[in-house]
Amino acid sequence: MEIQTTYNYKVLRQFSIMSVVWGIVGMTVGVLIASQLIWPDLTYGIPWLSYGRLRPLHTNAVIFAFGGSALFATSYHVVQRTCQVRLFCDRLAAFTFWGWQAVIVLAAITLPLGYNTSHEYAELEWPIDILITFVWVAYAIVYFGTIFKRKTKHIYVANWFFGAFILTIALLHIVNSAEIPVTFWKSYYVYSGVQDAMVQWWYGHNAVGFFLTAGFLGMMYYYVPKQAQRPIYSYRLSVVHFWALIFTYMWAGPHHLHYTALPDWTQSLGMIFSLILIAPSWGGMINGIMTLSGAWHKLREDPILKFLIVSLSFYGMATFEGPMMSIKTVNALSHYTDWTIGHVHGGALGWVAFMSIGSLYYLIPRLFGENKMYSVRLIALHFWIATLGVVLYISAMWIAGVTQGLMWRAINPDGTLTYSFVESVKATYPFYGIRLLGGILFLAGMFIMAYNVFKTVVGRAPVDAPIPQLVTA
Amino acid sequence: MDILYLLIPLSVVLVFLIGFVFWLALRTGQFDDLEGAGFRILLDDDDPQAKADPPRHKAETEMK
Repeated sequence: MEIQTTYNYKVLRQFSIMSVVWGIVGMTVGVLIASQLIWPDLTYGIPWLSYGRLRPLHTNAVIFAFGGSALFATSYHVVQRTCQVRLFCDRLAAFTFWGWQAVIVLAAITLPLGYNTSHEYAELEWPIDILITFVWVAYAIVYFGTIFKRKTKHIYVANWFFGAFILTIALLHIVNSAEIPVTFWKSYYVYSGVQDAMVQWWYGHNAVGFFLTAGFLGMMYYYVPKQAQRPIYSYRLSVVHFWALIFTYMWAGPHHLHYTALPDWTQSLGMIFSLILIAPSWGGMINGIMTLSGAWHKLREDPILKFLIVSLSFYGMATFEGPMMSIKTVNALSHYTDWTIGHVHGGALGWVAFMSIGSLYYLIPRLFGENKMYSVRLIALHFWIATLGVVLYISAMWIAGVTQGLMWRAINPDGTLTYSFVESVKATYPFYGIRLLGGILFLAGMFIMAYNVFKTVVGRAPVDAPIPQLVTA
Repeated sequence: MDILYLLIPLSVVLVFLIGFVFWLALRTGQFDDLEGAGFRILLDDDDPQAKADPPRHKAETEMK
């Protein structure tokens, strides 16, 4: 029973350090493929370095390796601190770490080799899908096991978000990965044609909603109040936010399939649900930002809060932009253009990465018995470089996207197209350069973070925080 | 669009399931105190240097 006097911080240390490492790997691949769009012959035609194979590696690495590791680390931290108990089953928690890292390494090998199931954000072949299932079930057992043995009566709102994220991803993964294996590295989906597309985007957008939104909202509801040393603006609103979000999320997916073979009413349904989502999203965004109400000066001095609050602003932007793009008439302009890429990166870099980075800056020193990072000024530097990077990236993609959309639809009086496709590529070219610059800046920020983390951690003994004896019930 | 026969019932089941969990949470008193819960995470005794000096002092010096 002696072991029960401390929290399990070991698995947090593992996941949070690996999150930084995978962040660098994933964003480096991102910079490489952004360069390939400018210089197509950059990698001399080597197949496993080609754009088509590296692009899923980039998305998998940043979403599941960087974001996923950050989610594991923070969810395990939050659930232990708010339930005031040690994680349920240390061995299973260790399995989630090593299992998840194995998934990532396997992805990094198989994707460049061209093993790919074709479902976006779920490209990994069936043996890896099975491993993911095991890891995820273990994650759910550890997480909910900890909730069940909690010493506090109330389950803090962040845990509800993390819990919904874990359960929904399990469901999405199972439905979306229904594949029939042919050989060890080849399988076919049981769905085909438009059915397959529907499943793909039912999965794809709900992964955005639960992996990249609910999970990171869990982070937000713990680390924003902790870093600001103030309770969330309205706890009541946070509870409403949670239930409203999970009740209304499931049907946004069809907005990825406007003007396709998908039945028209299904497309409209997707659009309507996407528009409804503005309400809970903005409620949550306002709730997070207003936590600083009356203490705005903290934003001036504390770069970690800058990360967290700017992250929420990007969340607000992306959750306004997304529903707008889901309106069919807007989508007619934006679909298949780089506007979509800009929108995704506003969310991914601005919201997800900023929230992860801010939370990790809070978390990592505390795992080594410190209460702040080696250098606060380097955090500030990271913040400004990263912000500049995101802004360059998304504004370049907005301009490129709208340009493409307008050129593709331009028609001469006689009904012929005004521009050939290659003319729109040429018009896009300078913006790809700006996008690359933005990406490089963001990656540079990650290197600053890695250095800061290294200096914080090196030579320090890991510290497992003691579980405080229950204060108030 | 046979797939909708899977996905739509699945959503309907989920909505009822979520409704049930909400009802359960309501019944077990999860939402009885919607003010204190927000403060409680801040009362957590989690300052790594808390052992060295009294926690209240520490927090004040840190603010400046």
